Amino acid sequence: MNRTQKQSRFAIACLKAVAGFVVLILAFLIGYIFITGLPNVSWHFLTSPAKAFNAGGGIWIQLFNSFYLLVLAMIISLPIALGAAIYLNEYATDNWFTAAIKTSIEILSSLPSVVVGLFGFLLFVVQFNYGFSILSGALTLTIFNLPLLTRNIEDSLANVSDDQRQGGLGLGLSKYETIIHIVVPASLPGIISGIILCSGRVFGEAAALIYTAGQSAPALNFMDWNPFNIDSPLSPLRPAETLAVHIWKINSEGIMPDLTQVSSGSAAVLVLAILIFNLSARFVGRKVFERMTSVK
Amino acid sequence: MQNTTELNNKPKRFIYDFNPEETEITMQTKDLEIYYGKNLAMHNADLKFKKNTITALIGPSGSGKSTFLRSLNRMNDGIATVKGEILYQGVNINQPKIDVYEVRRRIGMVFQRPNPFAKSIYDNVTFALQRRGVHDKKTLDRVVETTLKQAAVWDQVKDSLNKSALSLSGGQAQRVCIARALAVQPDVLLLDEPASALDPVSTQQLETTLRELKKDYTIIIVTHNMQQAARLSDYTVFFNMGEAIEYNKTRKVFTRPKVQMTDDYVSGNFG
Repeated sequence: MNRTQKQSRFAIACLKAVAGFVVLILAFLIGYIFITGLPNVSWHFLTSPAKAFNAGGGIWIQLFNSFYLLVLAMIISLPIALGAAIYLNEYATDNWFTAAIKTSIEILSSLPSVVVGLFGFLLFVVQFNYGFSILSGALTLTIFNLPLLTRNIEDSLANVSDDQRQGGLGLGLSKYETIIHIVVPASLPGIISGIILCSGRVFGEAAALIYTAGQSAPALNFMDWNPFNIDSPLSPLRPAETLAVHIWKINSEGIMPDLTQVSSGSAAVLVLAILIFNLSARFVGRKVFERMTSVK
Repeated sequence: MQNTTELNNKPKRFIYDFNPEETEITMQTKDLEIYYGKNLAMHNADLKFKKNTITALIGPSGSGKSTFLRSLNRMNDGIATVKGEILYQGVNINQPKIDVYEVRRRIGMVFQRPNPFAKSIYDNVTFALQRRGVHDKKTLDRVVETTLKQAAVWDQVKDSLNKSALSLSGGQAQRVCIARALAVQPDVLLLDEPASALDPVSTQQLETTLRELKKDYTIIIVTHNMQQAARLSDYTVFFNMGEAIEYNKTRKVFTRPKVQMTDDYVSGNFG
């Protein structure tokens, strides 16, 4: 074995070790969370409301809040992100305006989420007087989520071959028709993967929500689905503690006796949900693509 | 001119040896100059394209033939600046007031790589019509059948019209793309190296299809493949260095070219 070969083997071994280390940390973290948390997760835990002073509380309302907030945030941010991405990828020419937009998006995506949260507090909670509410939370999450979602959709659009655009124009369709009816559908698998990945990020967000969606989870009347009633689960103006905020809160000021069990159980559910989001992103994207490319 | 045996080194204007009746001309270019930015990419190509014929545009890479072709249905809008006149049925379509979408409907285009949309075969063919407000199922069904038959791919796809067009092989996909172009009832079909991504068998089938199609359409095809031009076309234009060098009946271009450069190119001594 000569010197070059030795060097190369050594380098590859080092890279493998580093990569292995990263996997190990992740495996340790997830393993720890699941081993300590999952035994506390039961059907009862998932379906009953939290208790502030007694043992035996669940996370049902927090779990529901997390999903509802996620859906609302996505409903608000998706059209904006889609529009911005279409503009940036399909229409924007290379000038100072485009550069300014792109820089803004980058800066927005690197803002600490607690700063975004406090901004949301000042703007939505105080200024707009929405109070600690799902609406304030969803709007704040939109700010938090927009840069990443825009970038994801932009990348998906950029991955669509130019041949597709040419094909549309060549048939006498306008550029707008071509984008909306040909390019966007063709990039759908990528867009869906992007949405799911962003969902995972939003789902686990706590700092941006503490001062916007609030830290209390009032009892909800699950018989009342009228969004205009304040104790309806769908009411956007009620305060809504999410699962991630719940974990933060009971660890900092919880007084229930089974605090550790609730906290680790919540953490396991949260991580599991995010894992499912991440793993399903690729799967769902591929399924959509298969549907588009093969039978049916 | 017909009897000259000696070859020109480079003519001042290109050699133009046929003169169709005014009524037979579908498309014509006059004083065309195409610029990318400030660079002149293509000029000196006053060509007439005869109805119901296949004209091949040949020449080395970068000779301007694709640029020329793409100007004919204004696909260069926003990419290159095209000066001069492009006459389609006597009307200059290279002016802003002309409806560019209508131009592209009448002058259809098929591209180098098959580019079916991520839709069913049926929707690929009918999409442009649906966008133009045709929703009658019977009409659309009829268009699908007619155009897929014209493109000689009906027998292979008739049982799977609802399947995604992305699942087709290259040759089939390219012919679905031709059907898609035919669905909006064009007069002229521009093809930009339509067989360069296809295997020999698909290429041969495509050529047969085009020979059938010329009964109803005027076809202009860019090709790198000289055998293809020789087999397929009635007329051939040789492009080089951003100019049309020679334009004649295909047989003459390949057997008795009048310009040295053409002779070199078609006999493979180029460069």
